[in-house]
Amino acid sequence: MDIGILNVVTYLPLLGAAFILFFFSDPKKIRYAATVVAAIDFLASLVLWKNFDPNAGGEAIFQFRWTRDWIPSLGVKYDFGIDGIALLLILLTTFMGLIAIWSSFTAIDHRQKEYYVLLLLLQTGMIGTFCALDFFLFYVFWEVMLVPMYFIIGIWGGPRKLYAAIKFFLYTLAGSVLMLLSILALYFFNDGGIPFLHISGLGNGNTFSMLQYHNIGHLIPVSLQMWIFAGFFFGFAIKVPMFPFHTWLPDAHTEAPTAGSIILAAVLLKMGTYGFVRVALPMLPEATKKWLPFIIGLSIVGIIYGALVTLVQKDMKKLIAYSSVSHLGFVMLGMFALNPMGLKGSVIQMINHGISTGALFLLVGIIYERRHSRMISDYGGLAKQMPMYATLFLIAALSSMGLPALNGFIGEFTILIGAANRNIWWAVFAAIGIVLGAAYLLWLYQRVFWGPLDNPANKNVRDLNRRELGLLVALVAVMVWIGIYPKPIFDMIDKPVEYIVQKVDPGYFNAPAMHMAESK
Amino acid sequence: MTASDIVFLLPEIILSIGASLLLIAPVIGWRSRERAAKWAMLILLAITALAVIICSNVVEGLPQTPNYSAMFALDGFAIFFKLLFIAAIAMIALLSDDFLRESRYSAWEYYSLLAFALTGMMFMASGVHLASIYIGLELMSLSSYILAGFFKNEEKSTEAAMKYFVLGTVSSGILLYGISLIYGVTGSLNLLTISKAMSTIITNDALMFGIMLLGAGLCFKIAAVPFHVWTPDVYEGAPTPIAAFLSTASKGAAVAIFARIFYVGLHDFQLDWSNILATISALSMILGNLAAITQDNVKRMLAYSSIGHAGYVLLGILSLNVMGLRGVLIYTLVYVFANLGIWATVLMLRRHAYAGERVDDFEGLHKRAPFWSFAMVIFLLSLGGIPPTAGFIGKYFLFAAAVQAGFGWLAIIAVLMSAVSMFFYFRIVVAMYLREGREAEVAITPALKWVAGVSLAVTLLFGIAPAPLIDQATRSSNWVATRAEILPHAGR
Repeated sequence: MDIGILNVVTYLPLLGAAFILFFFSDPKKIRYAATVVAAIDFLASLVLWKNFDPNAGGEAIFQFRWTRDWIPSLGVKYDFGIDGIALLLILLTTFMGLIAIWSSFTAIDHRQKEYYVLLLLLQTGMIGTFCALDFFLFYVFWEVMLVPMYFIIGIWGGPRKLYAAIKFFLYTLAGSVLMLLSILALYFFNDGGIPFLHISGLGNGNTFSMLQYHNIGHLIPVSLQMWIFAGFFFGFAIKVPMFPFHTWLPDAHTEAPTAGSIILAAVLLKMGTYGFVRVALPMLPEATKKWLPFIIGLSIVGIIYGALVTLVQKDMKKLIAYSSVSHLGFVMLGMFALNPMGLKGSVIQMINHGISTGALFLLVGIIYERRHSRMISDYGGLAKQMPMYATLFLIAALSSMGLPALNGFIGEFTILIGAANRNIWWAVFAAIGIVLGAAYLLWLYQRVFWGPLDNPANKNVRDLNRRELGLLVALVAVMVWIGIYPKPIFDMIDKPVEYIVQKVDPGYFNAPAMHMAESK
Repeated sequence: MTASDIVFLLPEIILSIGASLLLIAPVIGWRSRERAAKWAMLILLAITALAVIICSNVVEGLPQTPNYSAMFALDGFAIFFKLLFIAAIAMIALLSDDFLRESRYSAWEYYSLLAFALTGMMFMASGVHLASIYIGLELMSLSSYILAGFFKNEEKSTEAAMKYFVLGTVSSGILLYGISLIYGVTGSLNLLTISKAMSTIITNDALMFGIMLLGAGLCFKIAAVPFHVWTPDVYEGAPTPIAAFLSTASKGAAVAIFARIFYVGLHDFQLDWSNILATISALSMILGNLAAITQDNVKRMLAYSSIGHAGYVLLGILSLNVMGLRGVLIYTLVYVFANLGIWATVLMLRRHAYAGERVDDFEGLHKRAPFWSFAMVIFLLSLGGIPPTAGFIGKYFLFAAAVQAGFGWLAIIAVLMSAVSMFFYFRIVVAMYLREGREAEVAITPALKWVAGVSLAVTLLFGIAPAPLIDQATRSSNWVATRAEILPHAGR
């Protein structure tokens, strides 16, 4: 029987969690078991990559399809399949999942069993969301992610953990239930219509298949598209988070344990952007264009406002949290340029942000474990005491601010080209954001690592141990690899991006003028 | 009445004879054998359930009562709810066991009243005639008034019973008045005849007034705003298993007649009553969920949450479409099991008559009872409608029904309020898992384990594999859907 490799990748963490729950009690064994499970899952996702065909076009871009009936009377199918974008995000998830679990060995000292079980459960939810090609299934996995993250923040978080956890939970839930209504509207439009609103349907029968909705997108009346888009917008924009829905993010990040922050920044925020790419753009092309000025406006405000707020933070973790608002603004800007360059940059920047910000959260977590303070003012001159740590921090910061030869540059540069192609002013604002990004990161670095080592508490801080070094070197290796040789990634997302642009702006590939400007 | 007609009524006949026997038992010298009462009750319920299944199979071969002019039907809708009620009452009997033993009240009388209430509920599920529905409703209500005040030495219990009785009888009076007006205009109490008569009426003030009064009376029974004020006080004061009974089985029975009356009898006037019900539904969802946030008493919190849930169920009724009808069936089942699981967990915390009621009492439960804390999380997620629990499937149908019927604004309120509801449901989760220090005291008996275990199995099973439940609901609602003229081929 064909069990489907995507099922293996998705449910392996769940099985591992169940195994740990029932058969292990010694904390040390639990830690190693969880790491082994995450490592196997990572290897399994590499197998996915190896067998993935980046040249498949049309609907065949969705590979490793595994489809079964789930609730026949509603037309709900259990439908798994991934394109290059989803594959990249799955690779990111399994990689960062391994990093997150490995990084928690010393940070988490109580209720360890529950902790690792929840992290693995969360991983199943995240991978499932990226694999789902059926809206019902997508929604189920989307919600499944919420509860483990709530507990991770709520049990192992900082002093204001209860507030942060419930805020995260309610914000995201409120967005996702509105998304559910939009899914229903699509469902009824595809089938029988909504008689009371005088909207007649297409009579295509019951289905939640995303691919079907990709195909009927252009048939939906614009007025209905606008409403459906609104529902999806709340669901995804809160998750991204876009200004002004970002207020849960600093709280959640600041209070979450290190691994929670890593996963939150690296993967959970990408759910929002992934949702836009997979759902909003290809299914609602007209509404996307109508909402575009609004979303671009919010993205630019997010970039600038996020960077300015980041500049004045006193808490390192909060600083990095706010920088996410700015970085995700870039991702949204590139995406809504609605041309291949912008979209590619946007996808690559999703990955880059996951790696770089994940690394920065890990670095802050490492110093917090030693000193139990995240205040910038408590530090200074650390470079002398912790040279390895300082070097790796510098690389991560440079990657985050987009220095050439590191990953951030590739993403930001591609986004700038895409944005400039649409409107040069968007690129100008984005460039201001990049400058501010360099400012807050370098200023942070200067205050923490340079200057005199005047706080006596910092005099005995150990440098990195082998485990921490291993984690960071792995992250830095990926940064350098993407920075120098991004071709495999571009190849992987080439066809999916084409597919999306084809749906959202069918005229794009026919307009010769635009083609000239596009440097392929 | 022919011999074959008896088949329709056989389960109720068996049950009422059994209930009478339970009442007689202590008189004939079994008073001291309190333990036997529970087993007698469970055996009686098992026989009744068996009778329902056998009779429904026999009836399938027979022609349904001619023209459906009689008072009583044994269609899929009735069978679905009857079996659900029997299961719920069996679980409530299990919840009551230890409670009764400690409180030294007569278990025989208690179970007898519960069985009579069940008889009423089964009549309600089958009623297709306003008179038989009303008689069933009164039999259930009168039994529950007494049960609410069953702890006659407890001031709170007596007070709850008194409030419930006074308000309940007034609402029954209003309901009856509504019925009489409908009878006056349409000349019949049979739902099908009423619906036929209505199809020729364009507008009629007396009829509208009658429908409104009938709706008000029913809204009282399902505890919808603004007829909800009795709920928190009664749930708080009544013995905990009876609060469980009122919030699950009794409410489910009221939902069943609500749906049947409005779908079968009054569907022609949908445009007139759906907007009124929409307002009531919106108010119930908003007020129930917002008021629940501030409650520190778990029983009061659940009371307000049940007001909110009444609002959700109304979505299914006012939409008047296939989705909505199925949603009513599915949601009632899902809600009953999730709620019974929660009540079972509340009872696990009980050390004396009224403990285990404050949210604080749950603190540190995960250390003492990790499995049941996990079960509690699942029940709460189910009430909040989070997948992959069965509650999501129920809510999905209700929301879909509202969207399909064009009540988009109501659906938006509904989904937002279900997000709000997670706030207070998670207060219990916070207490169980996130607050360190105290360890909850528990008294977990096998009976409670059974109830919570079955509820957990149902909630998870139908959350992950909902297809059987949906198919069953589709088959069970077929008869009502045909009479309500909402099936696709009848033009929607």
